[in-house]
Amino acid sequence: MTSRRPATWHVATVVDSRNETPTARRIELDVPTWPGNDAGSHVDVRLTAPDGYQATRSYSIGSAGEGTRIVLAVDEVPEGEVSPFLVHELRAGDQLELHGPLGAFFVWTPPPPAPGETPRPVQLIAGGSGVVPLYAMAAAHAESGDATQFRLLYSVRTPEDVFFRDELTALTVAEPALRLDIVYTRRAPPDWPTPPARVTRDRLQAAALPAASRPRVYVCGPTPFVEAVAGWLIDAGHRPGDVRTERFGGS
Amino acid sequence: MTTLDGNVLAGRLADTFGWDATAADARCATCGAHGPIAIAVVYATRMGVVARCGNCDGVLATFVEAADGRAWFGMPGISALEITRWTPESESPA
Repeated sequence: MTSRRPATWHVATVVDSRNETPTARRIELDVPTWPGNDAGSHVDVRLTAPDGYQATRSYSIGSAGEGTRIVLAVDEVPEGEVSPFLVHELRAGDQLELHGPLGAFFVWTPPPPAPGETPRPVQLIAGGSGVVPLYAMAAAHAESGDATQFRLLYSVRTPEDVFFRDELTALTVAEPALRLDIVYTRRAPPDWPTPPARVTRDRLQAAALPAASRPRVYVCGPTPFVEAVAGWLIDAGHRPGDVRTERFGGS
Repeated sequence: MTTLDGNVLAGRLADTFGWDATAADARCATCGAHGPIAIAVVYATRMGVVARCGNCDGVLATFVEAADGRAWFGMPGISALEITRWTPESESPA
């Protein structure tokens, strides 16, 4: 279901780096040797210290398609080995070693046309910076004009912590449109109809496509978030093979 | 130690085998459960990573990485791994 793009090591040059949220940076990279990437794939970024010590971490790509520019959105893990450097030190013009595109499992590509068949809807579920690969999927979906119904349930701490805020908002009025449901867990906008609270089994049921519509579901977020959500989805009747997950930890 | 999943193995698998096996089906030698490598439970430390079966917690595979660039790959708990053979004509897997 994915196009075959060889994963190799590349040298990327930072084109732009700016604040995405109070704790995250959006980093745009120029990678002359990039073969393009499917929506949802990731790169391994390798840093080498002066003494030769190397640290490698995986970051989802917030962009998809052909071309040699890719976008990362990196949330700082304060005690991490790699993300504090990417968030605080990296500047336009700097170079990075990266390996990719990676990930044959957690990717979305437009389904091949099947005349007479209604494509299965897609439900995206994000926790925090786990929205990055899901945003890439929603953008690729809009770009392709694919008629599949797309929804995104996005759990985020506060309004300021929303990644790709303007881009996501624009997708909700694009054609075909993305339906966006945001759950604020710590502080909601003043006029928000529901008080801040974590995603629960009931909130998931209220804001996600039901198992009866047989959606393909992609869940990305911190490990405990993904474990909880995936468990509720299976309990609600979604088939394990229809729920694709990607977990991340501190790095 | 960080708890991740098999998606994070994509780069190591591509480096080791030349292909990204995260979507490939693997069978646990301990309990017989199977599923894509991507859903394995992966524990990461500075030493490397251990991939365990999400069903029985048996060790599926290990990567130990040394600072000098050497690495040791073990696959003690995978009794079968799905491989898609590519031909020059194939544009995409089935």
